Amino acid sequence: MTQSRPRIRVNGLTKIFADRPDAALSLLKSGQSRAEILKATGAVVGLQDVSFDIAEGEILVVMGLSGSGKSTCLRCINRLIEPTAGSVLVDDVDVTKLGERELMEFRRTRFGMVFQQFALFPHRTIVKNVEYGLEIQGVPTAQRRERAMAAIETVGLKGWDQHYPSQLSGGMQQRAGLARALALDPDVLLMDEAFSALDPLIRRDMQAELVALQKRLKKTIVFVSHDLDEAIALGGRIVLMKDGRVVQQGSAADFLANPADDYVRRFVEHIDVLGVVTAGDAMRTPSAVKPWHATAAEALASLTQTGEPVVTVVCHEGRFQGTVDAEALKGAGETQLRLLLSDADACVPASATLNETVAKLAGGRGEIAVIDADRSLRGVIANADLVATLARRRTHPVQ
Amino acid sequence: MAFEIPRIPLAEWCDVALDWATAHFSGVTRALSAVVGTGIEATTDFLVDLPPWLVIVAFGLGVWRLTTARIALFSVLGFTFLWNLDLWRATMQSLVLVLVSTLFALAIGIPIGIGAAVSKRFWRIVAPALDMMQTMPSFVYLIPAIPFFGLGAVSACFATIVFAMPPTIRLTALGIMQTPPELVEAADAFGSSRWQKLFKVQLPLAIPTIMAGINQTIMLALSMVVIAAMIGAGGLGGEVWKAIQRLEAGQGFQAGIAIVVLAVILDRITQHVARHMRRDKA
Repeated sequence: MTQSRPRIRVNGLTKIFADRPDAALSLLKSGQSRAEILKATGAVVGLQDVSFDIAEGEILVVMGLSGSGKSTCLRCINRLIEPTAGSVLVDDVDVTKLGERELMEFRRTRFGMVFQQFALFPHRTIVKNVEYGLEIQGVPTAQRRERAMAAIETVGLKGWDQHYPSQLSGGMQQRAGLARALALDPDVLLMDEAFSALDPLIRRDMQAELVALQKRLKKTIVFVSHDLDEAIALGGRIVLMKDGRVVQQGSAADFLANPADDYVRRFVEHIDVLGVVTAGDAMRTPSAVKPWHATAAEALASLTQTGEPVVTVVCHEGRFQGTVDAEALKGAGETQLRLLLSDADACVPASATLNETVAKLAGGRGEIAVIDADRSLRGVIANADLVATLARRRTHPVQ
Repeated sequence: MAFEIPRIPLAEWCDVALDWATAHFSGVTRALSAVVGTGIEATTDFLVDLPPWLVIVAFGLGVWRLTTARIALFSVLGFTFLWNLDLWRATMQSLVLVLVSTLFALAIGIPIGIGAAVSKRFWRIVAPALDMMQTMPSFVYLIPAIPFFGLGAVSACFATIVFAMPPTIRLTALGIMQTPPELVEAADAFGSSRWQKLFKVQLPLAIPTIMAGINQTIMLALSMVVIAAMIGAGGLGGEVWKAIQRLEAGQGFQAGIAIVVLAVILDRITQHVARHMRRDKA
């Protein structure tokens, strides 16, 4: 993740649902629990001191079960729900301090929002839906039509622009919902359980497409979800909420490795380890590494000594060159390894998930190299290492 | 009994208020009455002067365009039947009175309905007024109408407007307030102003409900037009009124059937239009 200044900074956000929240707010500050406040004042604490940053061009997934306050949190960012306390800074502008007109202007140009139930206007065609935001801004007809059509093409709905929402399937409707948000070319996309109402297969397609779109368009995305697999698929940082507070934030692998409490541990219990743990997590230091000018005899000796299935060959700068197995080394005598090299492909980047690693391992000779972006060798993973890693995660989710 | 609770002079108060209003405003209302009355008469005369078959065919074609061939055929047959009963002139009088009253009721009622939907405070004022307008016996409206508008069609029109307007106000307000909350939220999220939200989202979505209100207003107007015959509004109601005074059961029944036929025609047309205002199913 590129580390730049935070685009959005949510700071101490608190929401109390009550006609007069002051009493409840002071109780909350004095450390009373949600249940106590509800009993004493009848006020519901929706959010409690929620803080997080979102970097430019990042996908942040706000996750939690229903009632955890994740949707409330999202709506406080563009003030569809008025926060009781705290601030939301978007590019150093405090959204919570904006007047009615300024807020309207801010929503028009800075935020695009996508809703769980699509919320397309049923009386408008797809293109009229997509250009709604531009129409509200007063963009001239020809220009807004052009931008709307471009957005429709981006989400793959070309040719459906003159249809009404009810004529489209759920997946297509949500594409239109996404196009409506993208047409504004907003800095920030707010997505509220955007794919939760879709069939699992279509949901996965949409997740992949959103990730691809994000790579291209570099939007800052706040994505609310109750689905851990979805959070992992989107690949961003996760803010996990419970009872209106943030329990833990970090990557899915962080949650798995260092859960903040039992709740987080339970939450990640059924996680797909192969999709979260990376090659970098599972690798070990290689014992049979040879430079490429070493001889086959030397390499064979080290194989017998270490029991590794292959010799990992590196160049002078320590960059991975390929592997050589015992079969090729036998009888090769004094031949330099560089001439016996094969399988320059038997490697994965350290950031690759175990899913990708497994695929590589299955097609190779029982061991592959783990490399950095510049191909320098970081470690190796053999079949046994993979099995050991999985066994460890299963029995002790906490290391 | 030593104590006697004095009667509240409600009737007297009403009379005083009415007298005062008559003294101050009847000039204006009479002038207005003259204009509207002339309009109603001119329209009625125009329709009656045309050959009935031409009016029937033109009406039938119009209905066909607006709705279906079946409803158009029914309208043509219905009007031909009324012509055959020798009630053509009365039918045209009633029709014009209903349409003019409905037009006024909509012109006043829809904006009030919108206002009631937008402002909670306004709704709290309007709601009890509507309840009163609807529960007050409709005859009562006829009495004050006379000093303001004189005997005849315009008084009938006024009383009809007051009596027929509530459904339009109510259903306009209801239609707007019932906009699905997620669509209101979407409109807000994209930065719509209150008016943009109203005209681009809430009102278009409320149209089917508003049309249902218009349908009810037309039906109420038709029922009131009959009662208004008592203050000389004429039309089909006048025929019924005449039959009552002369104790002619057959004549009365015939005029009654004619009103039913007219009501069914107007109802079918407006209901069909209301149903097909939902463009979203396209």
